[in-house]
Amino acid sequence: MQKKFKIEVDCANCAAKMENAAKKIDGVNNITISFMTQKMVVDVDDSRFDAVLKEIVKTCKKVEPDFEIYL
Amino acid sequence: MTKKQKRVLYRIILSAVLSIGIHFIPVTGVWQLVLFLIPYLIIGYDVLRKAVMGIINKEIFDENFLMAIATVGAFLLGSYAEGVEVMLFYQIGELFQSYAVGKSRKSITELMDIRPDYANIEQDGQISQVDPDEVTVDAIIIIRPGERVPLDGVIVEGTSTLNTSALTGESLPRSVYPGDSIISGCVNTSGLLKVKVTKPFEESTVSKILDLVENSSLKKAKAENFITKFAHYYTPAVCLGAALLAIVPPIFVGNFLEWFSRALTFLVISCPCALVISIPLSFFGGIGGASRSGILVKGGNYLEALAVTRTVVFDKTGTLTKGVFAVTSLSPAEGISRKELLETAALAESYSGHPISRSLREAVETALDPQRVSDVEEIAGNGVVARMDGKAVAVGNARLMERLSISCQENNGIGTVVYVAVENQFIGSILISDQLKPATQKAISGLQAQGVRTVMLTGDSSQVANAVGAQLGIDEIHSELLPADKVTKVEAFLSQKPARSTLAFVGDGINDAPVLSRADIGIAMGAMGSDAAIEAADIVLMDDDPAKIALAMRISRKCLRIVKQNIVFALGIKALCLILGAAGLAGMQAAIFADVGVMVLAVLNAMRTLKVKE
Repeated sequence: MQKKFKIEVDCANCAAKMENAAKKIDGVNNITISFMTQKMVVDVDDSRFDAVLKEIVKTCKKVEPDFEIYL
Repeated sequence: MTKKQKRVLYRIILSAVLSIGIHFIPVTGVWQLVLFLIPYLIIGYDVLRKAVMGIINKEIFDENFLMAIATVGAFLLGSYAEGVEVMLFYQIGELFQSYAVGKSRKSITELMDIRPDYANIEQDGQISQVDPDEVTVDAIIIIRPGERVPLDGVIVEGTSTLNTSALTGESLPRSVYPGDSIISGCVNTSGLLKVKVTKPFEESTVSKILDLVENSSLKKAKAENFITKFAHYYTPAVCLGAALLAIVPPIFVGNFLEWFSRALTFLVISCPCALVISIPLSFFGGIGGASRSGILVKGGNYLEALAVTRTVVFDKTGTLTKGVFAVTSLSPAEGISRKELLETAALAESYSGHPISRSLREAVETALDPQRVSDVEEIAGNGVVARMDGKAVAVGNARLMERLSISCQENNGIGTVVYVAVENQFIGSILISDQLKPATQKAISGLQAQGVRTVMLTGDSSQVANAVGAQLGIDEIHSELLPADKVTKVEAFLSQKPARSTLAFVGDGINDAPVLSRADIGIAMGAMGSDAAIEAADIVLMDDDPAKIALAMRISRKCLRIVKQNIVFALGIKALCLILGAAGLAGMQAAIFADVGVMVLAVLNAMRTLKVKE
C-alpha cells in the first residue's frame, strides 16, 4: 500500500540519508523522502503497515533527530 | 522564520554575547576552559549530539562530524575562543541557509499552488462555503467573479470569462457559456456562474495536477543522486586529507600544532553544503518554472533527459492537428450554389453521429429542419442515401457514386471527399479535413532550429500524411500505421538514435499510451489527451500546444546549465579554499564565510531556473 505523509526535514542531504536507511528496513518496498515538498511517500506491505511505519519513523529519527512526521 | 530557526537565532545571540563577555573576565587555565564551554555547548550541543549519533549509527562522515572534530580540536589546542567562534559561524551559516532555502522553496510551491480553498454551495437560499472535498457530484456550486473554480463541472447558469493561466500558462481569457464544461484551477474573472459538479475533488483537474507536481520531486535526476554518491566518497576523502595534513608535514618540518590547526581549517572548509542544497533546488525551480508555462514535468530525471533530446516523434491527429474535422472547401457542380450543396449534404447526414456528418452540420450556419429528410439508409463504408423533399439524395464517397453509377467530377483534395448527388445527378463535392493547430509550424521549426530531428507517425493515409508533412517540413513521415506499428517504429528509432541522446514521443490518444511509456520521454496533450495518455506520459502539455515542446527543452537545458554551473562553481571555490587552508593562508572564520557565500550564490543561481523566457 502506498501512502503519503507530511514531514519536516531540515536539509536535502539528511533526506537522502534517511531515505537510504529506511529503504533497508524489512517490509519497505519503496520509500521516497522529498526535502523540497516536505513529503514522504512509503510503499509498505499491507499486512504490517503500522509496524513497518513505526520502524521507518524510528530509523529516520535515529539518522536525523529533528525529523518530524505528521500522521 | 520558523520556530526552529528562531530558537537557533536566540542560541546564536546568547552564545555570542557570552563569549564576548568572557573576554573581560580575568581567568586562566581550567577556569577559562570551563567558562568558554558554556557558550560552546549552548551553540553546539546539537551538532555534537548529531556527530555522536552519526558515529553510533555508522554514518560517520557528515558536516556535523567535521564541525565537531574541528571545534573539539581547537579546544584541545587551547584556542577556546576560536572553537566557540567556529561553531557560532557554522550555526549562523546554517541558519542563513535554512532561511534562504525555506524562502526559495516557499516561493516555488506558492507559484504552483492552485489548490482552491473553498467552494460556495447554495443551501435553502443561503450560500455557504465548504471544503471542496465535501462537495458531491451533481451538486450545484456558485463561483463569484475573482474566485478560483474549485471543482470540474458544467455551467448551468451564467456566462463569464475564465483565466486559465494557472493551468496553461496562457493568459488569453476563455469565454464560457451555459452548457460548457469548465475545469478546476481556472479563475473566474467576470460573471457569476452556477456550475453542476461532474467529478469529486480527488478526481478533479486541480487534484490531478497537484499530485503530478508534488510527486515530481520524488523522481530524482541523476545529478541529484550524483550528489548523494559524491558526499559518500567526498567526506571520507577530505578527512583522510586532513589527517595526512596533520601528520605528514610535521614529520619533515616539525611544528605539529600549526599543522594540526591547518588540518582543522581544512575540515571546516570541506563542508559540501552549497552543492547539496543547490542541485535539488535547481531541479525543483525548473519544474516550477515549467509548470507555470503550462508544462507539467513529472520528475527531475525527465527534465534532465529532455535537455539531450535529439529526436522528437509526433503522432499526427490531435497532436499536430486539431483532431477535429472541418469542411475546408466546397466544389459545387455548375449551376449549383455552395449553400445548396452544403445544406443538401448536411441534411442527408443529419441523423448520423459520424464525425464527418457532424462537421458538415457544423459548417451550416442556418438551422436545418430534419423533417425534410426521410427513408435514411446508411451504407457502411460508403455513405448515406435518403429522400429529401421527395427527391432521392446520395451523400458519400467515390465508392457510393460508383455503386449508384453516378458520374462525378473527381476531387483530388487532401482529406476526406464527400460527393453529393440529387436524383442521380452529381451536384458537387465537399472536402473535409483535419486542420493543423496554429502553433504547429512554430513547433516544428523551433525544434529543428535546436537541431532536433522531427518524425511524424500516423494511422492516416500516406496521401494525407505526406501533404501535412511537406507543409510542415517534417524530416521523416511514416503513415498507415496501426497502433502496434507505432511501438515498433519507436523502438526502431530508439535503437538508431545518437549515443547519449534521448527520444521523445508526443501523443494524445488512448492508443498512444504504450508508445508514450516506451519512449525515453513521453509527452502527452493535457487538455485533449485521454487519461491513459496523461497517466503514461512523463511530461504533460496543459494547453495542447506543440510549440511548448521547444520551450520545455529550453527550460531543461537552462536548468541543467545552472546545475553544472553550481557544481563547477562550488567545487572550484572549495578546491581553492582547501589549498589556501592547507597552505595556512585562510583561517577557520574565512573558511566559513566562504562556505556561506558560495551557498548563497548557488541558491540565488538555482532560483534563476524559475524564470522562463517565452
